[in-house]
Amino acid sequence: MRQRRHFGRFGLGLSTAVLGLFLAVTPTLACGGLIGPNGAVNLLRTTTLAGYHDGIEHYVTSFEFAGGGGAFGSITPLPGIPTSVVKGGDWTLQRLIRETSPQFDARLGAVAAPAASAGAVELMKVKIDALDITVLKGGAADIGAWAKDHGFRLPPDSPEVLDFYAERSPIFLAAAFDADAAANRGQQVGDGTPVHITIPTDNPWVPLRILALGKAGTDQVQADVYLLTDEAPALLPAPTGRNGIRLDHSAPASESLLADLNADRGMDWVPTTSAWLTKVAVDGTAGQLGYDLAIDASGAGRPSPIDAGFTMPGAIVPPAQFDLSRLLLALAFVATGLVGIAMISRARPSTGRPIGW
Amino acid sequence: MTGKRTAAGLGLGLGLAVLTGLGANAVARSQDPLVISITIHYSHFEPTTVRVPTGRPVTFVITNTDPIDHEWIVGNAASHERHRTGSEPVHDARPTEISIPAGTERRTTLTFPAAGSELFICHLPGHEAYGMVGTVAITPGG
Repeated sequence: MRQRRHFGRFGLGLSTAVLGLFLAVTPTLACGGLIGPNGAVNLLRTTTLAGYHDGIEHYVTSFEFAGGGGAFGSITPLPGIPTSVVKGGDWTLQRLIRETSPQFDARLGAVAAPAASAGAVELMKVKIDALDITVLKGGAADIGAWAKDHGFRLPPDSPEVLDFYAERSPIFLAAAFDADAAANRGQQVGDGTPVHITIPTDNPWVPLRILALGKAGTDQVQADVYLLTDEAPALLPAPTGRNGIRLDHSAPASESLLADLNADRGMDWVPTTSAWLTKVAVDGTAGQLGYDLAIDASGAGRPSPIDAGFTMPGAIVPPAQFDLSRLLLALAFVATGLVGIAMISRARPSTGRPIGW
Repeated sequence: MTGKRTAAGLGLGLGLAVLTGLGANAVARSQDPLVISITIHYSHFEPTTVRVPTGRPVTFVITNTDPIDHEWIVGNAASHERHRTGSEPVHDARPTEISIPAGTERRTTLTFPAAGSELFICHLPGHEAYGMVGTVAITPGG
């Protein structure tokens, strides 16, 4: 019998969490850009789920095999050090897509939607099917050196992007697709390998800026981000539709969805009674995505500007300057007001008792 | 009388010696390489325009602060067109073409014979389009 778990402040489905970064041959990764040997970048629309429960964040994303030989890679910034990286469930991502697809009508029984270098510390190495996954800890220089040592080439915007993430959380997940191993396994182009990353953290966030890696400012970026929380989350930035992200769905999760998710491999952390499902569609230009998605599902309504990348940790906010002239001006206004009130009071006839008493 | 002539001769000689020395020093200095520093940060050159005289050696000191490799290739339009489709992974044989690995500094000394302008570009994939382009403005004289 599964133990019912209390949902933390945020559980979510992040559909674009994997950020493509570097690589050599011809592959594709979930939620990220893909950079080929000639520097060309292909973007796939991807789906990722990230959940949060009792201080544990769960990312489930999929790496798609794009054919070719050799290896390709990607890097995903993480909010903390994962405790496990395992193969993801078989239907979680597809089930989320079906849940929020406007064409789907459950009552009609519609068919489900298709689906280091010297400096970097290797915290974990895992092989999932044809994917070689390494969790790294290090700054931008460390990650860059690790990538080079492992035969990957980072795109020209990577120095700034790596700094953007490393200053907040120097944890990265590098995934390299071994195309030869994929071929030996009979994987076809487009076949995905779901990966479930478990991360204890107090501050979950969804990396969005990484989706624009290697792309020109006018290139289009598309991805789906699912959030599953106890209650409606507060998001920063707000998905207005004009800033590259759009709110496509926000409603209590259906019991059937929760039951389906909960029944998938490694997904028993999903509550079966209630949760809030949010879908944020990334649909903008690479130039618009200069931020990440900060989420506060605690009910406090205060998503972190640091998690969104609007402010860096340790940034000093200059204190308000004491301005004597402004203070004196304010006091003058107050004094003038008091004098005016006093004069009006004196001029006004008393209603307490008749004049002449 | 003789003393005055001697003093005048010594003074004249000393003056000539000083002038000769100054002139020689000036000639020598004009042949010393002019040192120009260029920094690469976030895949951009800084400064993006440098001015050099014709005929005088110029040492470019290029510092790559990025965690990725870069190139600094200077030349005319035809030269850059060749590099856009070239396949040399590393440049170290010609002073006009150098590779700067991540976090390193490289020096190269060139002399520009004619006035005009040339571009310096990083031809690694995507880097030129990202803005890794600068100009060497070559002016007459030294």
